[in-house]
Amino acid sequence: MYTQALDLPDPEGRSIKAVPPAHGMPADAALQTRFDEKIDADRKIEPQDWMPEAYRKTLVRQISQHAHSEIVGMLPEGNWISRAPSLKRKAILLAKVQDEGGHGLYLYSAAETLGVSRDQLLGALHGGKAKYSSIFNYPTLTWADVGTIGWLVDGAAIMNQVPICRCSYGPYARAMIRICKEESFHQRQGFESLMTQMSGTQAQREMVQDSVNRWWWPVLAMFGPPDSDSPNSALGMRWGIKRISNDDLRQKFVDATVPQAGILRVTLPDPQLKWNEERGHYDYGAIDWDEFWAVVNGDGPCNKERLATRVKAHDDGQWVRDAALAHARKREARQRKEAA
Amino acid sequence: MSDVTNEWPLWEVFVRSKQGLEHKHCGSLHAADAQQALQMARDVYTRRMEGVSIWVVPSALITASEPQDKAEFFEPAADKIYRHPSFYAIPDEVGHM
Repeated sequence: MYTQALDLPDPEGRSIKAVPPAHGMPADAALQTRFDEKIDADRKIEPQDWMPEAYRKTLVRQISQHAHSEIVGMLPEGNWISRAPSLKRKAILLAKVQDEGGHGLYLYSAAETLGVSRDQLLGALHGGKAKYSSIFNYPTLTWADVGTIGWLVDGAAIMNQVPICRCSYGPYARAMIRICKEESFHQRQGFESLMTQMSGTQAQREMVQDSVNRWWWPVLAMFGPPDSDSPNSALGMRWGIKRISNDDLRQKFVDATVPQAGILRVTLPDPQLKWNEERGHYDYGAIDWDEFWAVVNGDGPCNKERLATRVKAHDDGQWVRDAALAHARKREARQRKEAA
Repeated sequence: MSDVTNEWPLWEVFVRSKQGLEHKHCGSLHAADAQQALQMARDVYTRRMEGVSIWVVPSALITASEPQDKAEFFEPAADKIYRHPSFYAIPDEVGHM
């Protein structure tokens, strides 16, 4: 589901060192030219192909941030699995959270084709060095939040992710195609859940409105800093990693979402939101970028809790991973002995 | 934190989407052994009935052609255009052949 400013600077992320491929060493001009020609012709780059070190690093950072977002993104919604209001909603939520886990796995696999190990990637996340989407550092206070996340957060993610299906790096593009196929269910189940609540009691309608009020601005910020403040974007565009700018994606999302809010009969918490006939788009108010950067840099409402939960789950599972590996090695040794 | 040598090995996953079609590579995953790799592949790659059969292969056992040898490795086929049916001119009245 959830990507955001996927080119977020990751200054401490240097603990991840992409291992250069065996044949990619001398960045000589001929290799660079061949790479540029492939990009210009909109052809795919595959793991064994030569690529500039900066391209590799950018991809490792972006794909791993994306993978981390999927995995951490399981937590806010996972919070409601045991308290879903019906068996049907619980089954739906379980399936959605399982999808997020699957999406994280597709993406970690794609990142690993660039010469980093899974342990390195997880180590960077658990050590607080790697970024993930800012949106997951907001709390899910009510059941309505589960619906709102599906409608708005997954809706924003779809806007962001569809263009990445055409990314120049083959394994990333293929992972994204798989992910995008599964996203539509996420958004639709959320919208339908909110529709159901809106046809309920006054208290339920108020709960939905409150939820939309809380999530709207953080969701707009998810698309990342404005184009004027996205230094990596131009290079990402040149390399065919990024296809549409942050501001253009954000505008597309606002234009698509305002009519949906009307159907849902909720208001969006922005007095400046109105149709601009001349532009053919909705105008919207100013986003609080100070809050965005505070959340990205660790000071959001749930940053510590999310990371601690994630680290605990990983540490608690260590004995299982160790035991499975020990079992496999033992059995392999026994088979070898029997064969001898 | 476990070190790299304690990472579960990597497996490549191939899924047959429908009886009658070939297995197709769809991604990779980490698993301790083959049986676990199959179960994980089912959960990760076929949650919506995308497959009727799965193969898993340890990634380390795959031998791949080298991309920088692409030219000479595949070159022998490039100049043998007589291997294609369009190389042969046949009178129109023969019809489809």
